[in-house]
Amino acid sequence: MTGASLVVTDLHVEFSGFVAVGGVSFDAHPGEVRFLIGPNGAGKTTCIDAITGLTRGTGSARLGETELLGKQVHKIVRLGVGRTFQTASVFDELTVLQNLDIAAGLHRSSVSLLRARRGVDPSIEQALEETGLAGELATPAGILSHGQKQWLEIAMLLVQDAKVLLLDEPVAGMSHDERTATGDLLQRIAVKRIVLVVEHDMDFMRRFATRVTVLHQGKVLSQGTVAEVQADPKVQEVYLGTAGAATAAAMAVVPEAVAETLKLTED
Amino acid sequence: MTKLKPLPSLRGIAALSGIAMFAVLLLAVAPAVLSDHWLNNLGKYCCWAIAAVGIGLAWGRGGMLVMGQGVFFALGAYAMAMHLTLETAGDRVPGFMVLYDPLAPLPAFWEPFRSAGFTLAAIVVLPVVAAGILGYALFKRRVKGAYFAILTQALAVALATLISSTIRETGGDTGLSDFKFFFGFVLNDPANKVMVYLIAAALLIVCLLAVWQFYRSRFGELLVATRDAEERVRFLGYDPANIKLVAFVVSALMASIGGAMFVPIVGIITPAEIGAAASILMIAGVAFGGRASLFGPALGAMAVGWGQSSLGSTWPDGWTYILGLLFVVVILFLPSGLSSLPARFAAIRRRPAEQPTPPITAAELEEVRA
Ligand SMILES: Nc1ncnc2c1ncn2[C@@H]1O[C@H](COP(=O)(O)OP(=O)(O)OP(=O)(O)O)[C@@H](O)[C@H]1O
Ligand SMILES: [Mg+2]
Repeated sequence: MTGASLVVTDLHVEFSGFVAVGGVSFDAHPGEVRFLIGPNGAGKTTCIDAITGLTRGTGSARLGETELLGKQVHKIVRLGVGRTFQTASVFDELTVLQNLDIAAGLHRSSVSLLRARRGVDPSIEQALEETGLAGELATPAGILSHGQKQWLEIAMLLVQDAKVLLLDEPVAGMSHDERTATGDLLQRIAVKRIVLVVEHDMDFMRRFATRVTVLHQGKVLSQGTVAEVQADPKVQEVYLGTAGAATAAAMAVVPEAVAETLKLTED
Repeated sequence: MTKLKPLPSLRGIAALSGIAMFAVLLLAVAPAVLSDHWLNNLGKYCCWAIAAVGIGLAWGRGGMLVMGQGVFFALGAYAMAMHLTLETAGDRVPGFMVLYDPLAPLPAFWEPFRSAGFTLAAIVVLPVVAAGILGYALFKRRVKGAYFAILTQALAVALATLISSTIRETGGDTGLSDFKFFFGFVLNDPANKVMVYLIAAALLIVCLLAVWQFYRSRFGELLVATRDAEERVRFLGYDPANIKLVAFVVSALMASIGGAMFVPIVGIITPAEIGAAASILMIAGVAFGGRASLFGPALGAMAVGWGQSSLGSTWPDGWTYILGLLFVVVILFLPSGLSSLPARFAAIRRRPAEQPTPPITAAELEEVRA
């Protein structure tokens, strides 16, 4: 299965008549950090929901040869597609180890479920190292910092051996250093896996994206490398209004400032 | 696997020695010090406690508000009662059946219950199959919360009504009673009564050991995770329906075992013992003791049972009010039941005044780690 790509073709999602995603196509390959961006309500989360079976979508989403649409959530997970949620959703009452252990349990027999845990799986140790959570083994997940919770979620995807990681706003609410650490982490894990990141943070996107797809009102507005997307007048218009052309230069010159502006217009 | 042992098993040992102590109290001390009358009563509380342990698993750990455990209690109880009735009647048709029609034949579904082996198998298999089908249908359709509670409660009402209305086949509201034998033993013999009590108490200990192992296993963690965030569990590749189904079926099995032992101990089973009110009383004991703790459900059920037979017989009206009041107080001030009291006191002593009391789940968390 190594080398299989995620290919989404003409994805449609409707909520009782309202078209949230109207014919979106994109693909993501192992080895790249793929970004999906767009203003609020563009349909980014809905795309992920449809791919992971949470909401019903039409069209196609294939992992290698396998069609994902129409399958049950837990079966899609067992095919190797993992995701995180916009709001961190770890099991607050369980420890970091227990959280990871449950994630690793996916590949265990039902009989072994009835036994108590005796040690720490190597895959869990590896994920702890990778995400820098090794010191928090026995901490209840509920008292982790916001950033640590996001890392725990990524660690859970690693131990469940996901081939596709769909991450919904993984750096929201993180400090600058945490963002950098997360970006480095994503680049490391993307070497052998498909990583698709939904983000609002343009600075983060600029630093770590290999390819970007811009969604707007349920449609693909633009697609390409960071530079290509930034240079696209349609993107500038959506993000900066009609004054986009004038600000385009600023976008290239003072990325930090523009990132701030973008955040302001979005929130 | 590395040898790293991250979680202290101290609490596990504490829980085990708790069960051992409980076993000594029930199996050795109680028969030595209690009168026949009170030992018999204690046996009855043990039966409710067995059902309560199952409710603790399904509701406390699994989040399924099982309001109709009377149904499964009834399956075990009536299977046992039918066998004992036939054993007492010998070759003849049981008395209540020929009351209206002297030539009435034994209903076909009674026939296999002549066999002791079939009866014992039925006590185990019937609740497993019934809960399996019911749970599969409900959990796969993602029925939960209040809907699940109402549905199970309605089933208890329906079954009680069905039994009430089939007086010739099931004894109706009068129930089944006057059992003389228990698998060949004369029930009137005090020694045999003690034996029946000991079986019930031993079964309670076995059920406690079973849930202890459940709670410390990975399944136990998964069950708590499913209770708290079902959708998230789905995204870890599990089908929450299957996880809940296991807990539900086990709790049904325990209710059935409790019901089966209830019959020889109490000597009568009627629809009133399995209907809506009885099912709610089972839940009340569990809530009272602490639904997610290991001992809470059993002790709570025994306490409510004791209140029922001591206060309930001398002062029936008052007892209902006291029970209601207790319930309100526990829900308001101790949502995790009486068993969370020690943890609360400990927490208050450890960090005085300025810190708020820990979330109600602290005790559960500790237990999950056990
Ligand atoms: N369950 C739902 N029922 C009805 N409409 C929905 C539902 N979920 C999403 N929508 C609508 O679909 C559109 C796309 O929503 P989506 O959550 O995918 O946007 P998003 O790009 O993730 O936005 P954000 O950046 O705010 O997270 C929005 O207009 C939203 O209101
Ligand atoms: Mg979103």
